[in-house]
Amino acid sequence: MAASAIPHKRVHPVRSFLVGDEPMTTGLWGIIFFIFSEIMFFSGLIAAMLALHSDTLVWEPTNGAHRVEGAHVLPILFTVLLVSTSIPMQFAAFAIRKGNRKAMLINMAIVLVVGTAFIINQYFEWSHAGFGISDGPYAATFYTLTGFHGAHVIGGLVFIFAQWLRGLLGHFDAKRNTAIEAATLYWHFVGFVWLLVIFPLVFFLS
Amino acid sequence: MATLAGAQTSGYAGANAWRVILEWLTTVDHKKIGIMYLWTAGAFGLVGMAFSLVMRTELAQTGTIISAETYNSIFTMHGSVMIFLFLLPIGAAFMNYSMPLQIGALDMAFPRINALSFWIFLFGGVLITLSFAAEGGTASAGWTAYPPVTLDTGNNAEPPGAGMDMWLVGVILLGQASIFGSVNFLVTIFKMRAPGMTMWRLPLFTWTTLVTGLLILLSTPVLAAALVLGFIDRNGAGGAFFDPAAGGQPLLWQNLFWFYSHPAVYIMILPAMGIVSDVFGVFTRRPVFGYRSMVLALIAIGLLGFIVWAHHMFTTGGVFLPFFMGATFLIAVPTGVKMFNWIATMWRGSNIFPTAMLFSVGFLMLFLIGGITGVFHAAVPVDFALHDTYFVVGHFHYTMSIAATFGFLAGCYYWFPKMFGKFMNEGLGKLHFWLVFIGVNLIFFTQLLLGLDGMPRRINDYVDNPGWELMNMLTTIGAFVSAAGMMVFLYNVFYSLKWGERAGADPWEGTTLEWATTSPPPAHNFDSLPEIRSERPLFDLRFGEKLQDDPHYHVNNGHNGNGRGGGAKAPTASTREEA
Repeated sequence: MAASAIPHKRVHPVRSFLVGDEPMTTGLWGIIFFIFSEIMFFSGLIAAMLALHSDTLVWEPTNGAHRVEGAHVLPILFTVLLVSTSIPMQFAAFAIRKGNRKAMLINMAIVLVVGTAFIINQYFEWSHAGFGISDGPYAATFYTLTGFHGAHVIGGLVFIFAQWLRGLLGHFDAKRNTAIEAATLYWHFVGFVWLLVIFPLVFFLS
Repeated sequence: MATLAGAQTSGYAGANAWRVILEWLTTVDHKKIGIMYLWTAGAFGLVGMAFSLVMRTELAQTGTIISAETYNSIFTMHGSVMIFLFLLPIGAAFMNYSMPLQIGALDMAFPRINALSFWIFLFGGVLITLSFAAEGGTASAGWTAYPPVTLDTGNNAEPPGAGMDMWLVGVILLGQASIFGSVNFLVTIFKMRAPGMTMWRLPLFTWTTLVTGLLILLSTPVLAAALVLGFIDRNGAGGAFFDPAAGGQPLLWQNLFWFYSHPAVYIMILPAMGIVSDVFGVFTRRPVFGYRSMVLALIAIGLLGFIVWAHHMFTTGGVFLPFFMGATFLIAVPTGVKMFNWIATMWRGSNIFPTAMLFSVGFLMLFLIGGITGVFHAAVPVDFALHDTYFVVGHFHYTMSIAATFGFLAGCYYWFPKMFGKFMNEGLGKLHFWLVFIGVNLIFFTQLLLGLDGMPRRINDYVDNPGWELMNMLTTIGAFVSAAGMMVFLYNVFYSLKWGERAGADPWEGTTLEWATTSPPPAHNFDSLPEIRSERPLFDLRFGEKLQDDPHYHVNNGHNGNGRGGGAKAPTASTREEA
């Protein structure tokens, strides 16, 4: 608990868990609204995919190759890895709320390494897919959805890396950590949109 | 002031101009960004108007002056420029300029992101307009860009070229600017309000900014999704999304597109509604009738706006007609509430009619015609008959184009003294109003009649059915009359900037906080704020003590929180005399 000069009301435990007990800053509000717009963006892409799926007889690439199946070791492994990085990211936020910058940097470094591994795995998945983006509705949605998600993972990693560098320079303490909280929320979004929506729909819809 | 003083020490005369330019290029002040939005959107509006004059010249008589391809390109650019580069950003201009002042904030929540929004918008706008230089010309599939005519994979005789890609990327950029802007507006309203400025005391324009912000936030990303899918479709996916020949669905584009573009209608009209609400609240010398019902109607319009997009697609056969018909009819209810509230505000008010008020009353008339013709369209059988005729063109110009423009022009005349410290010339303003009011009615009422007669839209020629040539000529004359009116406005702007009568801090006896500071306001907006105990803090400041002595008047002490505020009751006859 941060030593706060001004006593404030008890906050809801969920809210306390996600963004701490300090009053919400404008930056946090901003990232929350921005995440809502991101959710709508992915909703648009997912709606397009479901609409195409409902009207396509054979949900396969049109060049004779096969779909990328999710029920294999690597896709499941990297899905679990990506989503589990939400844990060290949240620990980083917990750490800086207590003013522990060193623990924050270590946890963020784990996120950066695993997140980068996810992107590298995605590169290999793409290069071994056996079909291109022009091979029918399935192929086009596969590349569009995994591509835009990958772009958001990269965006999140850049966001976190920038804050990690700031942390190295001695920024952030128990009171001033909006960017870390914001990066954490954004990283949760990136992970869960993959786990709950993109992974099941892109890899298991047949 | 500090800048001018600094410039004077720098030695040579040119330094001053450079310094001013640099200051505007690097500014993060919401007022300067708002004014930049105003100038840029205004310039794009003139460009869009020039396109409409080209079209009206072509349609004045039967026979063709310009080719069908050129005509397609011109009407596409007219729609795109007017919607994406004039109506949407000019709303952002007023929201940027006035909203932080109205809630007593120092600036927006994220001033630098605010500047980023503006520059992304400008870059996207330039990209779209530069497509005239692209091989194959501009986008020419209409502002709705329905595939497969936007694709070059199908059986298009003339597949669109790079101009189409520039259009898609440009609109994605504009959407990004909108989203950043909306996050900014929302956080500013939720977090930056002055002490005492509760939600139920927000001025109505600020409420419209809030609802508009939510609409932008939740609908624009879906347009972005449609646009990126369209871009991928043209550059790689080979039509897999939208071209039926490649397994895609043209209706998918229409659904995604209208999921944004129907709320976009409200994104354009709501800020205009907010402006006229504030203007009525000042120039009738009464509080706006039914403040809370105005807000609730606004929220209802915003919510319903999300479930009616498919009424643009009735004739496709791909949508569930009864639901979308019913939902569309429902929107008439909150809209009617607002309409009657405005009328009730004027009812027995001490109305005065400066140009801002004239444009607000004009807004009511135009919006009434547009709204009622909208209810016609909501009925599926009527829509089947009128789809793709000039009736549609007349309808949507009356509502989102002309009514919204009238709202924004009212905003120009209303806030010009605040922005530049000078009044706009009233004589020229009235000439402007009458020319434009007569002109636009000549254009669009005639178009309604032409549409009822079955004239199809988006074609550069027409058969000489009885009366069509006359009505088209009238429309063209109307277009030039309104253009002349806008030239008067343009002259008025420059005339007033140079020779306008000086305006004080509160030239209109305003009721909201933007009038509590100097004109133009200092960089930090306010040196001090009055107490905020109602949605009309300046009215309270002016009349509060007098009303306290009035036995018929109960001053709202801020404890009962019923939101109607101290100004909710009209001043009695005795206080009016004192005033």
